[in-house]
Amino acid sequence: MQEPNTDVIQGTLDMLILKTLSLQPMHGYGIARRIEQISRDTFKVNPGSLLTALQRLERSGALDAEWKQTENSRRAKFYSLTRAGHKQLGAETEDWMRRASAVARLLKAEG
Amino acid sequence: MSAWRQLTRGLSALTNRADADRDVTDEVADYLEHARADHAARGMSPAESLRAARMEIGGVTNVEEQIRSSGWEYQIETTLTDLRYALRRLAASPGFTLVTVLTLALGVGATTSIFSVVNTILFQPLPYPNAHRIASILEMNKEGSSYAGTFGMFHNLAPRTHSFDAMAVFKPWQPTQTGQQQPERLTGQRVSSDYFRVLGVGPTMGRDIRSSDDRLGGPNVAVLSNALWRRLGGDPAIVGRSITLDSDPYTVIGVMPEGFNNVIAPDAQLWAPLQYDMSQGRAWGHHLRTIGLLRSGVTEQQASNEINRLGHAILNEQHPVTYGPDVSFVAKSLQGEISRGVRPALLAILGAVALVLLIACVNVTNLLATRGIHRRNELALRAALGARRARIIRQLLTESLLLAVIGGVAGMIIAEIGVRALIAMSPDTLPRASNIGIGGAVLAFGLAITTVVGLAVGLLPALQATRSNQRAELQHESRSVTGGQKFARNALVIAEVAIALVLLVNCGLLLRSLKRLISVSPGFAAPNVLSMQIQTAGHEFDSDSVTHRYFADVLDAITRVPGVEIAALTSQLPLSGDNDSYGVHVAGDEQGGQSVFRYAVSSSYFAAMRIPLKRGRVIDARDRSDSPPVALISESLARRTFAGRDPLGQRITIGPPTPVYTIIGVVGDVKQTSLAMGDPEPGVYVAASQWGGDRAMSVVARTLQDPAVLGPAIKRAIWSVSKDQPVVRTATMEQLMAKSGADRRFVVILFEIFALVALIMAAIGIYGVLSSNVAERTRELGVRLALGASPPSVLGLVLRQGMRLIVAGVAIGLIVAAAASHVIVSMLFQISQLDVVTYLSVAVGLSAVAIIACAVPAWRAARLDPTIALRA
Repeated sequence: MQEPNTDVIQGTLDMLILKTLSLQPMHGYGIARRIEQISRDTFKVNPGSLLTALQRLERSGALDAEWKQTENSRRAKFYSLTRAGHKQLGAETEDWMRRASAVARLLKAEG
Repeated sequence: MSAWRQLTRGLSALTNRADADRDVTDEVADYLEHARADHAARGMSPAESLRAARMEIGGVTNVEEQIRSSGWEYQIETTLTDLRYALRRLAASPGFTLVTVLTLALGVGATTSIFSVVNTILFQPLPYPNAHRIASILEMNKEGSSYAGTFGMFHNLAPRTHSFDAMAVFKPWQPTQTGQQQPERLTGQRVSSDYFRVLGVGPTMGRDIRSSDDRLGGPNVAVLSNALWRRLGGDPAIVGRSITLDSDPYTVIGVMPEGFNNVIAPDAQLWAPLQYDMSQGRAWGHHLRTIGLLRSGVTEQQASNEINRLGHAILNEQHPVTYGPDVSFVAKSLQGEISRGVRPALLAILGAVALVLLIACVNVTNLLATRGIHRRNELALRAALGARRARIIRQLLTESLLLAVIGGVAGMIIAEIGVRALIAMSPDTLPRASNIGIGGAVLAFGLAITTVVGLAVGLLPALQATRSNQRAELQHESRSVTGGQKFARNALVIAEVAIALVLLVNCGLLLRSLKRLISVSPGFAAPNVLSMQIQTAGHEFDSDSVTHRYFADVLDAITRVPGVEIAALTSQLPLSGDNDSYGVHVAGDEQGGQSVFRYAVSSSYFAAMRIPLKRGRVIDARDRSDSPPVALISESLARRTFAGRDPLGQRITIGPPTPVYTIIGVVGDVKQTSLAMGDPEPGVYVAASQWGGDRAMSVVARTLQDPAVLGPAIKRAIWSVSKDQPVVRTATMEQLMAKSGADRRFVVILFEIFALVALIMAAIGIYGVLSSNVAERTRELGVRLALGASPPSVLGLVLRQGMRLIVAGVAIGLIVAAAASHVIVSMLFQISQLDVVTYLSVAVGLSAVAIIACAVPAWRAARLDPTIALRA
C-alpha cells in the first residue's frame, strides 16, 4: 500500500459510475481508471464490485451496454447513460450534496 | 421498463446460461487485458504486468461468480443445482432415503389424519351462523353431573329469560310413514317452534314452524330434510302436499336447505312441532333436551346465573319434587356439549400422535446427523475449495427439506387413507363424523409440520457438520465422533426410548381397562338373547287397552316360535341407547327423590334376561291392569332409598304423585347406559299392563340355538298379529354389549397402532445409532481384537453401551409416563393409572425389543476380522 487510497464510500459507487458515464460512454476498466484519476487516487475501485454494479445498473435501465471496438482495435463492452440514468444521477447527486453539506455543517459547528 | 428488463435479462440468462456466462467471462477478460496493457505501458515487463493485473482484479473466477450471483435468476439456479445435487445424493443411498421418508410419512400422516378428526370435532365451529352463541341448557344435581331438562323448565324459563334470543326443546321422534308399499320408520325430531331459529338455519322452501303450530292439538305439519324430500321424488311443489305418518296426514310446510347439518341429531329426516301435552304431570319428566341462542354479548356464565336464579325462584316453588334446592341450571356451549363425551379420548389420541411425530423427528434427526458425520470429509473439501458456510448449510437444508417434502407428500397420502379408515371404524358416538375430511386447514397443518420438521431436522446436522475445523478434517481422515456430538445422539436415543415407553404404558393401561370392561357383568345373561323393537303405528293404538292386548298377542306369537325358550317385552332395553328415567319417591315423602330408570315389562322379563330376584316375588298373572299397581326395584335403589329398612311392601310413586306402587320384590342391578358405568344404575320395574303410554316395546327372546338365526321367524310371528308395525333395531344382547365398548375399543386400537409405530421407530433409532457407532469404531475394535480381546467381550462392550442408553430411556420414560397418565384417567376402567403390572411389563418388553436392536450391531462388531478392521 504505497498510497493511502480507500475503497469507494459505501453506497456512492453507483453515483460515481453514473457521473463518469455522463461525460461519455466507457468500458469497465476505463470507468475504474477515471474514478481513480479524478479522485486523485483517493478511491480505489474494486473490479468485482464495479462490474457487478454495471450489470445491476444495466438491468435497472440506467445504462445501456454494447460491445464495440476500442481505439486499439479490441472489443470491449461500452456502457452509456440512458435518460433514466440521467434522472437517477440528478437525484443521487442532489441527495448526496444535501447529506454532505449537512455533515460538513455538523463538523464545523463542533469545531 | 426496468422491471421488464430485469425479467427478460434474468430469463435469458436462465434459458441460455452459456451465452450469459460468455458475456461475463469476456468482460472480465477484457478488464484484465486493459489493466495488463496499462501496466505494460508504464514500463512493466509482460510477465510482471500480467501478475500485477491479476493482483488488482483479485481472482478472475471470484469476480465472475460475484457478477453472476447479483441477478435474481442466480437464486433459482442455485436452488435448482442444490435440488439436483440433493436428489443425486438421496438416490445414491436408497436405504437411508427410504427409511427417512417412511419415518416422516408415518409421522406426518398419522398426525394429520388425527388432527383432521380432532379439528372437525373439537375446534371447527358448528355449521351455523352464530355457532358460538348456541348453548345447551342443562340441569345439574349436587354431584355435578348434568342431565336433560323438563318441559316445565323450558315452559317457565323461555318467556322470562333475558339472556337468550330464543330457546327450544326437542326430543327424538320416529314416525312410521305409511300410505306406500311398505311401512317405513323415519327418524326425526319433535321440536318446539324456535328450534330452527336457535340454529339460525331455516327451510329454504316453504316456511318455518310457527308458534301457532306448536300447541297441543295444533295442525299436523312437518319440515322435511333435503335428502328426504329428494327421496320422496324431489317435487318442487311439495309444500302444501300431504304425507302419512303414523296413519295421520301431515302437511309438508317446508324443506331444509341441502347443506343443513343437524349436529344434534345428524340422521334426522324430518321435524314436526312438539305440541307438548302438559297434563298428568308429564311436564316434569327429564326427557327433553334444551338449546338456546345466547343474546349477543351475553356469556355462558351470565346466562347460567340468570336461569339459575329464575329456575330457583319459579321451579322450586312450582314443582319441589323435581326441583329441590340441590338442582342447578347451566348453559354450556353446544359444541362443547356435543363433543364432551369424546373430548378426553380425542385429546389423548392427539397427544399420542404428537409423541409419534416427535419420535419420527428424533429418528430423522439421528439419521441425518449420522449421515452428516459420514459426509464431513466431503463438506470440509467443499469448504476448502471456497464454499462459504452459509452456502453449505443452504445445500444441506435443501436436502433435508427435499426429504421432508417427499415425506410430507407420502404422509398426505397416508393421512387421506388414515382419515377414511378412521371414519370407517369410528364408533357411532363420534359426533360430526360425516364432516371429517382433509380440508384446507388440515392441509396447511400438514405442510407446516413438514416444513418445520424439515428445517428443524436439517439444521442441527447442518450446523454440526459445518462447525468442525476444516483443516483438521482434511488432514487426518478421522472417523470418530467428538464428545459433544456423541452426547447429542445418545440423548436423542434416550429420548426416543422414553417417548416410546410413555406411549406403550398408556396403551397398556387402556388395553387392560378394555379387558376388564369386557369381562364386566351387565347384570343379565347376554348369550343366546335376541332383541328387537316393535314400534306401533296408527290410531288404533291411541288406547292403552288396545296396545296392551296387541303386545300380549305378539308375545304369545313369539313364544310359539320353535327355538324360542322364553320371550318377554320391556319398554327399555339395557345398553340399547334407551334412556327413560323417572323421579322415584317414597309415597308421602316429597323430598329426597331419585332419578331412576323405569322399565315396564312383561312378567317373563326377569326369567328371559336372567336378572336375579333377590327378595320377594316377580310380576305375575295376578298383576292385571285393574289390580293394585306393583313395582320391583333394583338392589342399589333399595339400598339408597330404604337403607336398613325392608323395602318389601313399601309404597312409592314413579313420576306423577299417582298412582302409588307397592314394592313386591328386589332384583339385581343392570347396566343400562354403558358397561363402563362405575356406579350402579338404579332401576324400577312395573308391569307393562299397569303402565300406559308406551307405544314402542322391545322383544327379548332367549333362544335354544344361535339367536341371530331366529330373527326372521320372530319377525314373521310379530307380523302375523298385525302386518303394519315396523320392527327395528334387531340385535343380539351380545352385539349390544360389544357396541357398548366400541368407543373404548376405537381409542385402544389407535393407541395400539401408535405404540407399535413408536416401538418400531425407537428400535430403528437404537439400531441406527449403535451400528454407525460400531462403524466408526471399526479400527478401535479391530485393535482390541488384534490385541487379544475375545469376540464375546467385544459383543459385551457394544451391548453395554446400548444398554446404558436403554436403561436411561426406560427410567426417564417411567417417570414421565407416571406423570402424564392422568390425561387418560377418565378412560381407564377399574385400573389404577399407576398400575404396576402395566409399567413393569412395558418396561421389560420395550427393553427386550431395544436389546435385539442393539444385538445386531454388537454381533457384527464381534465378528470383525481384525486384519480388515485395522486397515479401515
